[in-house]
Amino acid sequence: MSLTNIVESPKPGETIFSPELAARFDKLVTLYPRRRSALIPMLLYAQDEIGYVSDAAIAEIGQRLDITVLDVRNVLTYYSMLRTKPIGKYNVQVCTNISCMLRGGKELFHHCEKRLGIGHKQTTPDGMFSLEEVECIGACSWAPAVQVNYDFHDELTPESLDEVLQQYRSKAGQ
Amino acid sequence: MADVTLTVDGKTITAPAGTLLIEACRKVGIEIPAFCYYPGLSLQAACRMCLVRIEKIPKLQTACTTPIAEGMIVATETDEIKQARKAMLELVLANHPLDCPVCDAGGECELQDMTFKYGAGGSQFVEIKNHRDEQQWSPVVFFDRPRCILCYRCVRVCNEGMDVAALGIQQRNAGSVIAPNDQTSLDCEQCGMCIDICPVGALTSDTYRYKTRPWEMTHVGTICTHCGDGCKTTLGVRRSDDGMQIVRGDNRDKSGLNGEFLCVKGRYAFDFANNTERLTQPLVRQPNGEFAPVSWEDAIQVVAQKFRAARDERGGSGIGVIGSTRITNEEAYLLQKTARSAFGTNNIDHHRTTDYVRFTRALAGQDHRMAGISDSISAPAIFVLGNDPTEQHPLLAWNLRTNVRHNSARVYLANHREIKLRHQAKPFVQISGNSYGKFVNFLGGASEPFGEDAAAIRDALRNEPNLLIIFGSELRGDAIDAMVKFGLSLPDAKFACLGDYVNSRGAADMGLYPDLLPGYQPVDGESTVRTEYGSRFPRQAGLDMGQMFEAASRNELAALYVVGDDPVERLGVSAQALRNTFVVVQDMFMTATAKLADVILPTANLYEKSGTVTNTFGDLQQVKKAADRAGVRSDLELIVRIADTMGEDVRTLVPFGKGVRADMGQSRGAQSGEADRHGIWLAAHDLEPKLSPFDPNAILDEIQRLVPGYDFDRIDLLAGNSQHVEPDGSGLVQISQTASRPDGVIPSGDTLFTSGTLGRYSEKLNEVEVFQAKKSMATAG
Amino acid sequence: MPRLVSHPEEVKVVSRRFGQGATDIERYIELDGYKAVRQALEQGPDWIIAQMKASNLRGRGGAGFPTGMKWSFVPKQSEKPKYVLVNGDESEPGTCKDHLIFLHDPHSVIEGTIIAGLAIGAKLGFIYLRGEYRYLLKIMEKAIADAYAKGFLGKGIFGSNFDFDIVSQTGAGAYEVGEESALMESLEGKRGIPRIKPPFPAVVGLYGGPTVINNAETIASVSHILNMGPEAYANLGSPRNGGTRLFCISGHAERNGVYELPMGYNLKKMIYEVAGGIRGGRQLKAVVPGGSSTPVLLASEIDIGMDFDQVGKAGSMLGSGGVVVLDDTVCMVEFALRTIQFYQHESCGWCIPCREGTDWLKKTLTRFHAGGGEAKDIDNIRYLAENMLGRTFCPLGDAAAMPTIAFVKKFRQEFEDHLNGKPCAYGRSPESQTLAPALVEVS
Repeated sequence: MSLTNIVESPKPGETIFSPELAARFDKLVTLYPRRRSALIPMLLYAQDEIGYVSDAAIAEIGQRLDITVLDVRNVLTYYSMLRTKPIGKYNVQVCTNISCMLRGGKELFHHCEKRLGIGHKQTTPDGMFSLEEVECIGACSWAPAVQVNYDFHDELTPESLDEVLQQYRSKAGQ
Repeated sequence: MADVTLTVDGKTITAPAGTLLIEACRKVGIEIPAFCYYPGLSLQAACRMCLVRIEKIPKLQTACTTPIAEGMIVATETDEIKQARKAMLELVLANHPLDCPVCDAGGECELQDMTFKYGAGGSQFVEIKNHRDEQQWSPVVFFDRPRCILCYRCVRVCNEGMDVAALGIQQRNAGSVIAPNDQTSLDCEQCGMCIDICPVGALTSDTYRYKTRPWEMTHVGTICTHCGDGCKTTLGVRRSDDGMQIVRGDNRDKSGLNGEFLCVKGRYAFDFANNTERLTQPLVRQPNGEFAPVSWEDAIQVVAQKFRAARDERGGSGIGVIGSTRITNEEAYLLQKTARSAFGTNNIDHHRTTDYVRFTRALAGQDHRMAGISDSISAPAIFVLGNDPTEQHPLLAWNLRTNVRHNSARVYLANHREIKLRHQAKPFVQISGNSYGKFVNFLGGASEPFGEDAAAIRDALRNEPNLLIIFGSELRGDAIDAMVKFGLSLPDAKFACLGDYVNSRGAADMGLYPDLLPGYQPVDGESTVRTEYGSRFPRQAGLDMGQMFEAASRNELAALYVVGDDPVERLGVSAQALRNTFVVVQDMFMTATAKLADVILPTANLYEKSGTVTNTFGDLQQVKKAADRAGVRSDLELIVRIADTMGEDVRTLVPFGKGVRADMGQSRGAQSGEADRHGIWLAAHDLEPKLSPFDPNAILDEIQRLVPGYDFDRIDLLAGNSQHVEPDGSGLVQISQTASRPDGVIPSGDTLFTSGTLGRYSEKLNEVEVFQAKKSMATAG
Repeated sequence: MPRLVSHPEEVKVVSRRFGQGATDIERYIELDGYKAVRQALEQGPDWIIAQMKASNLRGRGGAGFPTGMKWSFVPKQSEKPKYVLVNGDESEPGTCKDHLIFLHDPHSVIEGTIIAGLAIGAKLGFIYLRGEYRYLLKIMEKAIADAYAKGFLGKGIFGSNFDFDIVSQTGAGAYEVGEESALMESLEGKRGIPRIKPPFPAVVGLYGGPTVINNAETIASVSHILNMGPEAYANLGSPRNGGTRLFCISGHAERNGVYELPMGYNLKKMIYEVAGGIRGGRQLKAVVPGGSSTPVLLASEIDIGMDFDQVGKAGSMLGSGGVVVLDDTVCMVEFALRTIQFYQHESCGWCIPCREGTDWLKKTLTRFHAGGGEAKDIDNIRYLAENMLGRTFCPLGDAAAMPTIAFVKKFRQEFEDHLNGKPCAYGRSPESQTLAPALVEVS
C-alpha cells in the first residue's frame, strides 16, 4: 500500500507524444462511433513510439478517451503484445506453437537463447535484442517463423536466423 | 409482464415473463448454486455453477442468464448437473488455498458451503498452487489474491452499486486478477462493500481480519450510530475482559431499510466504543479543581443535590438541559420530561442540524407527504436540492443510484458544489451557495437569472407526478416553506429534510426544544402532553442553547445538564462563561464540555443500549443492545436515577410496572447492561412486563400515546421492521411562532470520513480520513 | 514474404488474384474488381442476401454458419446504426489464410465489406486484423485510402446515394478476440471478454447496434460469388458446403502452403497429392484437420472429404482450414502439451472451467511430459477436459478440451510410455517447455 502511484495527468493541450502521433490520436478518436474504440490502437502506437506503454502514456491516453487510468490498465494488461516496461530495440519473437514446433521452432528458440545469451522476456545488456517465445503468429505454412518487431521472417533455419539477427545488428549500427 | 409457466424438476412453476430462471427457481425453493450471480448486479455467466439442462438445447445453460420461457422444461438435479457442479468446485479449488482454518471467511464462506453441499471430498489436483502474498490496499481493505475466485462481485458492486469503479480486472487467463485503481492501493470511498460481498476470504477488512472466528461472535442487529440515514447494522460482538466487544459491523442478512448497504462509518467506525480514552468511572471535581473518581451512588447524590438546590433556589429557569442527537427516542423523551417536570424548566435544546420545525410546520395538516428513505429507492423522480448525499447520507446516495440503475429513475439535482451524484442526475444545475432560496422561488415561478438548465429542471419538475423532494440544511426559513409549497402544487409529491445524526430527527420529534413539546406542540398551548401533565410542565418558553450559555456567563444559570453533546467545542464556549454554573456531563469521553464539568457520568453509546431511533426520513427503528462495557450506564438509567435521588416520583416519570412491584434492576445484576439484556430477551419473546424504570419500552408506551405521529404498530416494530412516523399529519402540530423564530441550525459539515465528536474517537475513521486526504492531495498536486 | 504455392488440383477463387499485384487498385479493377459491388448497388439488399443464401457459403472462421442466413438475421429496421465487422483476427494455430488475403488481395475484403453493408443497411464497416499483422494493416490502410480516393468509399459510393466508411485496425495479441463477441468488445476498446448470448450480434452487436461479423475469407468470397453466380459457386463444393476453401497445410508435409481447393476435397489426397506427401518419405502419424482446436485424426481416419459435415462425421471439425500434418517423429504428449499451453495462455480468464481447467491441464501435462507422470494422471487429464467441455462461457474451453480428449483417447499408449520416469521415446527433452514458467508471469 503506497501513496506514490498517482501519475499526474497532462494538462489539457499538453502531450507527451510527438506532434505527429498526437495528431494521429486526434484523428483516430473521431473515426469511431465512440472514442474509447481507439484505445487499443492508441496503446500500440504509443508503445511503438516510446518503446513501452509508460505511466505517463497511460494517463494521457486515459484523458484523451475520458476513461480512468484503471480502465486503461485493465485493457492494457489483457493484450500480450502490450508491455509496461522497456525492452530491447529489436524484439525477437519466436513462434513455438504446433506448426512451428513441428518444423523446429523450439530449437530455433533455444538457438536464439544461446546466440543472444538471454532467455524468454529478457533483453541483451546492450539493449539491442529482446527475446520472446510467442504463440502462433499466423505463418504456419511457412514455419518456422519469427517476428522481429513487426517484421516476419519465414522458413528459418538456425543459420538463416543468424543472418537475420546480423541484419538487424547492422541496421542498428547505421 | 405476463406470467409464463414452465417445468423445473417436474414441478410446474409460474413467474412473470422476463424473470431469470435462477430467480424463478429460488422463489419456489429450488436452489441453483452460483457465485457470480448476484441480484441487482449485472450478469456475468462466469462461475458456471448454475448450469442446468433445458430440453431441446444441446449444451447445459446458465440459469443466471436465461429468462424463463413458456413451456420450458428444466432439470436442475440430474447426475449430469451434479457432476458439472462438483467438477466446477474441483476447478475452483485447484488454485484456491485451503487455509480455511485461518481464513476470515472460514465458517461463513460460500465456497466452503458449496463444497460441502455439491463438492467432492477429494481432489485430483496435485500440482503446486499459484501463490501471491497478501496485499494491503487501504487502511481497511486487504486482498488475498490466491483466495479470489474471480466472481467479479466486488468489481460490480464498486462500479454499479457505488459508482466508484475503484476495482478492475487485469491480466488474463489464470493470471487474471482483481486490481485496485491506484496500482497498489485503493483511492475510493472505503465503504467495504467489496469485502462484504466477497463470497470467500479474498477481500478482508483490517478491523476484523484474523481477529476471531465467526462462530465466536454473537450477532445483534441494531442501528448505526452515525449519520441520519439510520442504517441497520449487524454487530458481531465477542466477550472481552470488560464486557462485550464489537469486532465487526456488516449487514449481510440484508434486512432493514438499507438492505446490504453500509458505508465506511457503519462498517468500521464502531471502534470508538473500544477507544482506550473511554471514561469508565464517574468523576467529581474536587475543591482543588481536579477530578476524582467516585462511586456511582456518590456521583448521583452530588448531582441530585445540586440540581434540587438549583431548582429550589433559582426556579426552573436556573437550570439548562442539553440533549443529544445520538441518544434514543426514549432517552430524549425522558430527558425533556424530566427537565420540564422535575427541574421545572423549558431550557432545553440539542444540536440542531436542520430545521425540522419549519419543515413540519410547512407540512402541517398534510397526510403522507413525508417520505421514508425507502421512497428514495422506488420513486420515479427525485429532486435533490443541496446536501451531498454521497458524503453525508451514503445510504440515500446508494438508493438513488440503485433506483436509477434498476428503474431508470430521474434524478434532478441543484447544488452549489459539483457533487458526485451529478453522475446520476439529468440534469444537474450548479447554483451559488447563497442562492438556494432564490432557486426555490425560481421553481415557484419567480423570475431569477438561473439559466436554461435551471429552467429545464423547473419545467421537468412541474410535470413530475410522484416527485420526491429532498433538501439539505442549505434550505432555511422561508425557503423551506417555499419548497414545500412548490411540492404541494404537484400531484403526490413527497418530501424529506436532511438532518445529520442518527437521532437528529428523534431529538426534534421528542421535543428537545425550549419552545416545543414532543411532536412540535407548543409549550404554551393545548397539546396531548399538556392534557396529560397539566401544570407540572412550565408554559413559558425556555432558553435555547445559545441563550443558556449567555445566561451562564451572566451568572443566571445555576446548573447545566449536558447529555451526550459537546456544545463547548462546537460553540467555542469559554471556561469563564461556565465558572459559576454547576455542569453535569454524561458522555463517553473527556470532551471539551466534559473538561469544564463538575461531574462527569460515563455513559453507554447507542451500541450498548436498547430503545428506538428515528432517522431523518422519519423511519423509526429498534436499537438493540449489542456491546457492553463495564463501568458505564445508559443515559436512560442515569436520568431516572438522578430524578429518583432528587425525590421525584419515578413511577410518574417512567410509567413502568403497572401495578407490579418492580425491582429497579438490582436483581438482574449490578450492570445496567445486564438489565438491558434481560429487556432484550423479553422483547425477543414479545413480552413487555415493564418491571423496571430502566425499561425503555415503558417510555415508548408513553411516546406512542402522547407524541403525534408515533402511534405505529408496536408488534411490527418488534418484528424488526421500521415504522414511518409523520408528526405533520397528526393535525396537532400548532407551531405558532413567526418566521423570526431563530432556527438555531448549525450543520455538522461532516464528510464520509468524519462523524462529529464521536468520529474523533474512531481510530479507523481517522486513519481512513488521513489516507484519503493524502490521495486527494496527490491527485490535485 | 510468405511463399505462394500452386497445384493443378486447385480451384482458385479467393486466391485467384494472389501474386497478381492486386494490392494496386487499378490492377484489382482490371482483375474484375469492384464489379460485384456495383451490381449489388443496383440489385439491392434482398437480392444480395438471396445470392449469398444460394451460394451455400458457410463461415470460414471455423463454426461454418451459413453466411446468407447470418445476414438475413439483421433486422431491417433499427434505431441504432448497423455495422459490418470483418474478423481478421486469424489466430487459430495452423491457420494463415487471411494473412495471404490481406497481403495479396486487400480490395476483395473492402469490396466484400461494402456488399455486406449494402445487404444489411450498414454505413460503417470495421476490418480488425490481429495485432501481429501490423505490416498487413499498412497494406489494408493503403487499399482503403485508394478506395476512398476513387469514390468507392465515403459519401455516395460509386456515384450512388449510399454512404459507406471503413475503419481498419489491429488487435494487440489475444486469440480470444477471434470469438465474435470478444472481438466486438476489443473493438470497443475493452478487454477481449465474450458477451453473454443471446442477444446475438445480428440484433445487438457493436455499440448496441445490429452487426454482421464475418471472417476475412468469408468476406473476400462475397464479390466472387456475385461475379460468378451463386449456383456456380455452390457447385464448386459439396452439398450444403458451397465453394472453395483456403487450406493451410503445415507441419510435416513435403510442400506446405495455402491451397485453394473445393469444399469436400479428400484430405488424404490433399496431403499426399497436393502437398506432396510426408517430408522425407516418412510415415504419417496424425492430422489436425482444422486448426489446433479440432480433434486429431489418425492416419487411418483421413480418407474423408474436407467439408463441415464430413469432417464432423469423422469426429472432428473442419474448423479454420488449418491442416497440420504430423509424421511419426512427433511425441503426442508434447504435442498435446504445446496445444494446451496455447489455450492456457489465451484463455481470457473469465469463467472458472476454462481459466482453471487450462491451467490445471498445462501444469499436469508439463509434469507428465517431464517424466513426473502417474498412471492416474492420464484419466485425470481426460476427466478434466471432459468436465470443461460444453460448460465454458465461450468456445475456447471446448477448443482446449476437444483436442485434449482426442489425444488421450487416440494415443493413450504414448501417454503410458511416458510413465515411470521413462524418457520421451521421441527424444523431446522437457527443457523444451520454455513457455511454462514464463507464462504464469503475472503482476
